[in-house]
Amino acid sequence: MDARLAHTNGHSADDSPAPFVVELSEYSGPLDLLLALIRDEKVDIYDIPIARIAEQFLQRIRTLGLDQAADYLEMAARLLRIKAQLLLPRSGSEDAWEDPRAELVRRLLEYQQVREIVDHLERLADDRRRRFSRGYVPELPAPPQAPLALSLIELLAAVDRVLRVTQSPDLHDVIPRPLDVDGAIATVRGVLALRERVPWHDVIPSEPERWQILSVLLALLEMARRGELSLEQLAPFSNVWITRESAGQAA
Amino acid sequence: MSPLAKLLEAALFASARPIPVDELAELDPEASPAAVRAALEEIRETYEVEGHGVEVVEMGDGWQILTRSEYAEVIERAQLAVRPHRLSGAALETLAIVAYRQPIGRAEIEGIRGVNVGSILKSLHERGLIEVVGRSEGLGRPLLYGTTSIFLEHFALRHLEELPRADELAIALKTEPHPVA
Repeated sequence: MDARLAHTNGHSADDSPAPFVVELSEYSGPLDLLLALIRDEKVDIYDIPIARIAEQFLQRIRTLGLDQAADYLEMAARLLRIKAQLLLPRSGSEDAWEDPRAELVRRLLEYQQVREIVDHLERLADDRRRRFSRGYVPELPAPPQAPLALSLIELLAAVDRVLRVTQSPDLHDVIPRPLDVDGAIATVRGVLALRERVPWHDVIPSEPERWQILSVLLALLEMARRGELSLEQLAPFSNVWITRESAGQAA
Repeated sequence: MSPLAKLLEAALFASARPIPVDELAELDPEASPAAVRAALEEIRETYEVEGHGVEVVEMGDGWQILTRSEYAEVIERAQLAVRPHRLSGAALETLAIVAYRQPIGRAEIEGIRGVNVGSILKSLHERGLIEVVGRSEGLGRPLLYGTTSIFLEHFALRHLEELPRADELAIALKTEPHPVA
């Protein structure tokens, strides 16, 4: 990375190099990064010095987060493979030798063309964005947070004013009506001790309140979980039948 | 302006989206699509000659009245409208590939871009910029994508042919591996 920094400074003396993480986030992929390297190094795309470029590519992706790096790592492996292939002695005649860089060059050229189209599309989109249509509903931006200029005395005065206005605070009582699941379990056990199979309304008190029904429901589910009973419903909306399970008896 | 031009102007003024010519033609049972096109040109010319702050633009499937671009900053400063968000570079790259190679599958796009494009395709699809246009005959019958009329509206294009042809770009696309010297 140091070598890379020194190099950037040597070539473009215009501005100080940005931190690498920031710069990397601007690459839209490994090909973009590779093209940037080729541009920075001013090398011929048809005659890429693979060893040097591969080295620099690796240096740059080292600063990448792992979540992003998979695509880059694949490219790094590809570059290293090409580098190795170039080191192999060429067998056969010179004509039959195929440059291992050829596929990479083709992809780079293809990608460069995409970048060119992107530039064109970007110009078109910017031009379009400058022209508003009727009925365009903008997304409302979050209102900027105004700096709060407030003293403690002002705050207390405000609290005082509010308290003065609300003479009788509008309170209402919440009557706790806790569910009685344990009680319901006891009831169900009692019923099942006498009868092996009962419809579920038989274990609900007559004229029940909502909390009582809920208590029984939770009790049944709990007991079914423990294996004390089984629940079945033969058809949708029909009666639910409770059957005593022998497994639960022992427990 | 002719009565038809005035009618079309009113319709375009009221609409928040581009209106296709045949939809405009339905406004007046007497009007043929050709007459509508002539009337649209009449409005465009009137605006141009008289110097209006808005213009009539044809894009995607239809016609729409847009403010002239020189007023973008003033309108924005007055908070009357806000420019829509820009697409990211990655999204534009993916769109460019879809636009030029459609119908195209995800694997092929990833081959060109060298990165995974699953989530980008999803968001482009959600924004209506691309659509599924079919399935490939290849293994697994992958979905094929193409651009939509919203894509054309986003770039104020009448049709895809307004984009530069591939061979007009500085680097011609090589389908065969380039012979390396």
